[in-house]
Amino acid sequence: MRFVLVTLIATLPALPALAAGDGGGHRFPPFDSSTYAGQLFWLVLTFGTLYALMSRVALPRIGSVLEERRATIEGALRAASAAQKEAEEQAAALEASLVKARANAQAIATEARDKSSREIEAQRVSVEKDLATKLAAAEARITETKMQAMGNVEAIAKDAVAAIVEQLGGKTTDAAVAKAINAAQG
Amino acid sequence: MASGKAIEPMQQFEIKKIVELQLFGTDISFTNASVWMLIALAVISLITVYGSAQRAMVPGRLQSLSEMSYEFVANTLTGVTGKEGMQFFPFVFSLFMFVFAANLLGMIPGSFTVTSQIVVTAAFALLVIGTVVAVGVAKHGSHFFGLFVPSGVPVPILILMVPIEIISFLSRPVSLSLRLFGNMLAGHIVLKAFGGLTVMLLGAGAWAVISPLPLLMAVAVTALEFLVAFLQAYVFTILTCVYLNDALHPGH
Repeated sequence: MRFVLVTLIATLPALPALAAGDGGGHRFPPFDSSTYAGQLFWLVLTFGTLYALMSRVALPRIGSVLEERRATIEGALRAASAAQKEAEEQAAALEASLVKARANAQAIATEARDKSSREIEAQRVSVEKDLATKLAAAEARITETKMQAMGNVEAIAKDAVAAIVEQLGGKTTDAAVAKAINAAQG
Repeated sequence: MASGKAIEPMQQFEIKKIVELQLFGTDISFTNASVWMLIALAVISLITVYGSAQRAMVPGRLQSLSEMSYEFVANTLTGVTGKEGMQFFPFVFSLFMFVFAANLLGMIPGSFTVTSQIVVTAAFALLVIGTVVAVGVAKHGSHFFGLFVPSGVPVPILILMVPIEIISFLSRPVSLSLRLFGNMLAGHIVLKAFGGLTVMLLGAGAWAVISPLPLLMAVAVTALEFLVAFLQAYVFTILTCVYLNDALHPGH
């Protein structure tokens, strides 16, 4: 605003020089009515043509292009959201099957472990039973052998006693020897 | 300019005959005004008709320009009158484009500003008001004149109000045409005055020192005039929409 004022004030002294050149006596052109008919004629011609072109050609075309674009964009957006929904559903399905598979795997692992531990247990039991049987058999054998040996010991003792007594010059009977042995054992 | 010839700011508004033409004794000569009307028509047709010819899904420059103009005017129109105002769309669009193109073409140095002629702006204003009255009467019959009778106003005040409403309605075409005419005329006079002042100061001896001042003003006013060129086209259009809205919905 200040700049405008400065400009106006600065140019004021030059005004007489400017005014001197003005011949004056001109009619104000926009109010010269002799030009009105011609201007109106050409205005009607050009604006009429413009209106015809716009209403018949340009605007329906631009409008249809805009409508088409709007429809295309809308369709693409709908397709995109449908695809996204589908992808989400598939992801969910995948997730679910993954969970299921994991559970399955766990079940299978548990079952396998149970089975193998059961088998091991059974094997152990059978091996133990086998061992026990063998142990019992061995013990029976040992006992039997011991008994046998003990039986032999009695006969040997009888023979030895009889022989010793005979060597000492005595006489003995089997019954007396057995009695003596029993007494010694007793 | 070195001849020291006087700067006449009015010269740019003079109608110069190029080809003499007569129709039933009326002078309809092809003039510089006709030239710039045809150029405006050509420029708008280039943008809207040629620009949209490709019907591309992804628009190029001209097509973008035509679509922007379309949506701008369509939004202005539907914003004021609602959806049913679209029946006037070709009219409002042509009006906006023509006035805007004429205003902008007037900014070309040495050109002629079609809209700086009162007969042109008055013709447009009368066309608008004529359309409003014709459509209003055709659509609503005598109800259209209810426009002048504000509802819910007591009778004694109506006696005062109705003439005022009628006068305000009748002054619409006057203000509509004078606003555009005045803005275009004044802007170009100011431009010419500052431009002329610069040239004259350059040729006025020692005064040449201050000649950059009006030059700077001319530059600033040029920028302002581009704004005014758009603004006045827009104001003309939106007022047209407001008046058309009265024809569609006459109730206050």
